[in-house]
Formats: sequence, C-alpha cells, structure tokens
Amino acid sequence: MDYKLPFKEYNKALRKNKLLGLKCNDCGSITCPPKMACQECQGLDLEIVELTGQGKLLSFSTHYIAPLGRDNEIPYTVALVELDEGPWLLGNLIDINPRKMDMGLIGQKVTTAGRVFPGDTYSDGPIARPVFSLVE
Amino acid sequence: MRKVVILGLGHTKFCFNSPKTGVEMLAEASVEAILDSNLNPRDIQSAYIGNVLGTFCEGQATVSQFACDDIGCLNIPAIRYEGACASGSIAVREAFMWVASGFYDVVLVGGVEKATAMGTSLATRTFCMGTDSKYEFGTGLTFPGFFALLTRLYATQYNLPLSRLKEQMALVSVQSHKYGMKNPHGQIKQEISVDEVLKSMPVCTPLNLHDCCPFSDGAAAAVLCSEEAARKISSKKPVYISGIGLATSGKMSSQYKYLPRLRARELAAQQSYQMTGFKPEDVDVCELHDCFSIASFIAAEGLGFFEPGKAGEAWEKGDADIGGKIPINISGGLKAKGHPIGATGVSQLYHITKQLRGEMEENGVQVDGARVGMIDTLGGDGCICNLILTTDGI
Ligand SMILES: [Zn+2]
Repeated sequence: MDYKLPFKEYNKALRKNKLLGLKCNDCGSITCPPKMACQECQGLDLEIVELTGQGKLLSFSTHYIAPLGRDNEIPYTVALVELDEGPWLLGNLIDINPRKMDMGLIGQKVTTAGRVFPGDTYSDGPIARPVFSLVE
Repeated sequence: MRKVVILGLGHTKFCFNSPKTGVEMLAEASVEAILDSNLNPRDIQSAYIGNVLGTFCEGQATVSQFACDDIGCLNIPAIRYEGACASGSIAVREAFMWVASGFYDVVLVGGVEKATAMGTSLATRTFCMGTDSKYEFGTGLTFPGFFALLTRLYATQYNLPLSRLKEQMALVSVQSHKYGMKNPHGQIKQEISVDEVLKSMPVCTPLNLHDCCPFSDGAAAAVLCSEEAARKISSKKPVYISGIGLATSGKMSSQYKYLPRLRARELAAQQSYQMTGFKPEDVDVCELHDCFSIASFIAAEGLGFFEPGKAGEAWEKGDADIGGKIPINISGGLKAKGHPIGATGVSQLYHITKQLRGEMEENGVQVDGARVGMIDTLGGDGCICNLILTTDGI
C-alpha cells in the first residue's frame, strides 16, 4: 500500500508555503505531518487536504547549540504549534528576537510558511520545515 | 517461563576522552562480569550488546562480535541492539527472553559507547538521529531541545511558573552531582548548587548546561542465567529480573495530546508492574533516565511514583533521596555518573543489582533493605524500556 502523502510530496508543497495534511474518512480528524494511518483512529482511508497553517503556540525552545554544520543558524527557535485543524506541528518560530521570548508567547496565534534546510552529509536532500510567525 | 538471575556485573569508569576503544571498553566490562560470575568466557552461550554510535565515532559497526572474540567468547551469537539511548536495557530485555524461554542458560549482556571523541557538534548531530529525520531534524531540533519543549508544556499543563519549575529541576542536578561524587565509576566529580545550575549557560531555553547530562565514554556488562544454573555456579544471594516492559512512540507531533507525559513509558511500566504484581509503592530504589532534569520529573511521574505535576515538590521534600519515598538515581544518574548511551541501561542494571545485593555500603549509598528495584531508560523520541529487579524472584 502506498503512502497517500509521502514525504516528497509534503515537502514539495511546504517549499511553496502550502501545508498539506490528511483527512481521515473514518473519523474525520486531521493528521499532519503525514503518516500512513490516521493518528487518531489508525484508519487507513485518508485523503489529502490543504491546511490553513493557523494555530496557537504551545511550546518553544531557543537553541544555543546546534548539530554539526548548523552553527550559523544559532540562535534558532524550535516551536510546537497546535493547528486549528487539531494536529500538532513542529517548526521554527521566526521574526521575533529570542531575547524577547517568554512564557507570555504560549497560546499566541501564529501562521505557517515553509523554509528549506538544505540538508547535510547525513540527509538525503533538502528538507522543508514549517516556520511560524506571530499574528499581529 | 523460567526465572532469570543476574549473576555477575562489570562496569568501566564513565569518562570524557577514554583512551580505550569501544571494543576494549566493552571487553573489559564483560570480562569483569564473567569473572564476577565465577565463569569463564567459554561458558557464555550468547551475547546481547547495546551500542549506538560506534559507526560514527570509530567507524565500527557490530562491536559485539569483535569484543566477544577478543575475550574468548568465540563464535557465539553476539548481536548489537539499537534503540538510541535505551539500547542497553533493550539488550537486557532481549537477553532475558532467551534465558526465560529456556533456549540459553548463561548469556552476556553489555553496552558500550564512545561519544566524546566526536566532539560536541558531531555528537549532537548523531544524537539528533534519534529524532525524525524528515519531520523534526529540519527544524534543528536536538534532544535538549526536545526536553526543553516538554519543559514549557509541563509548566503550562500543571500551571507552574517557569521560574519555580526551573528551581525544582535544578534540585535534580544537585542531588545527582552529590551522588556522582560517591560513585567510583562516575564521570563528574563536582558538587553544584541550585544557583550554579540556574546560572549555567543556556543550551536550549529553558534548559541550561547543568540541566543536561554530558556526552560520555564507557561500558557496562552483566551475566544473566537461569535460576537453576545460578544455584550451581554461585553461592551469592541472587538478584532476579522479575519484570520487563518496553513500548515505543513516534515523533513528537504524533504523540501530541499526551505530551508532556510519555505514553510509551506509562505502557512499559504497566507491563512490568503487571508481570510482577507490584505497584509503584512497592519499589524500593530506582534508576531512571534523567538525560535532562525535566526528564526525571516526567519519568518519576510516568513510573507512578508521584502524581503528574508533583515530582518537583517531591524533590524539594527529599522524597527522591535516600530516606525518602523512593530513592532515585543514587548512582549519580546520567547527569553525574555519565551517559554512554549504549551502556546506560546496563549501568542502571549494575547499580540496582548492587543495591539489591546490599553492596553499596562501601560507597556510602546503600538504600537499606532494598528488595525491589526498577530501571527506566528512554531512547530517541519514544523507545522506553524498564525492568523490575527483585531479591525474591517474583
Ligand atoms: Zn481517523
């Protein structure tokens, strides 16, 4: 059985700022990032849907250490967002000074776009990553 | 199933920049365990070895077969098990099954890691391989980052001001350093204060350097055998592996609503509690996976020792110390004893077995009358293994 939404396709869309997810035809819930089975009911009958990318910030961490080859990105902020459609999405919080980030950000509304990590020796190609910006 | 006994133990020093190779460290810990069992290498029927990064650090896969050959355990099945930082306890669980089933009578378990020679950047990169390479690594998520995200979720979920939570978390590191001083195999020999933890450099906000365990080199090993074989070989008071649990989860986003609790741990713990008939309050001493200070809280709660959100108060009250409700990480934990990831689960087994044998008096860290001990090890996004050890062979 093929993935309904394999990484390659999800990745390609996210590079164009389009966030794709999967709607479950059994329970109606949304899975994102994609999996083969619905993350809510494990149903396999899924269809691709485009998500709004709107959500609220659940958590974040500014990294002052980085994996090999990514020191140029420091400091960068990894964040977890709960999308309006339900799923949680990991990405980077951008457009805000890390020194100004505090717990007051939790619960704030964000929007999602895509940026590309070009990959490294151990990646088999570029990886699009969600980036989140606060909604003014 | 047959009862399985931990017969002998071996442990190298955990350290930065070991002059030994990974194979050598594993071989040395293994021979120590075999001699501690009153056995010879040729008595070992099979070996189960945790190792994660041999390929990256030394260009060495299958350390298991080279170490076994080196020590004279010739031509036996000697296989490497990998479940990120839980590899060692996964290897123990695997070995347990083969002995419990009756297929083998006497087997070697071990774990080894050599990580510090990679340097922090490459080591950090390789540890990131325990996250989802496509849906997580692109963001630059590291393991301190993973637990940093859980820290803020924890603060929000349990309505704790972050500053208060961080002070509670600092107590975990303070206690671990206190006991690391007393562990002859420990990596870090330095007491620290809450203030020093809070003022150490930020790694992944809100985690500071002293919320994080170090990169480490080291190995640990044990010989497991059937109860019947143990009676023939050794007059030592047996320690049994009575309960085993293992569960896994996917990436963080896939665990979503359950976070900051880790479902794999709670399911794994249920398995070993069910197998033994014990409840959390029956456990006398525990070594759990404190890779980061917050991880201790989440683990202690997930194993059922404290209510969710209350572990910080427990550390404040001394409930996780000797004399408290459940002494935790009296070895110094991953934080101070060190965390050579392939070896960690076996090292936890070593320390709990010593506690149950009553052999920790000489280090001044014996938990009096300990009869039931638990180990808990976490690997990657969600591979969590635990074992319940007993003196009574439940
Ligand atoms: Zn469904």
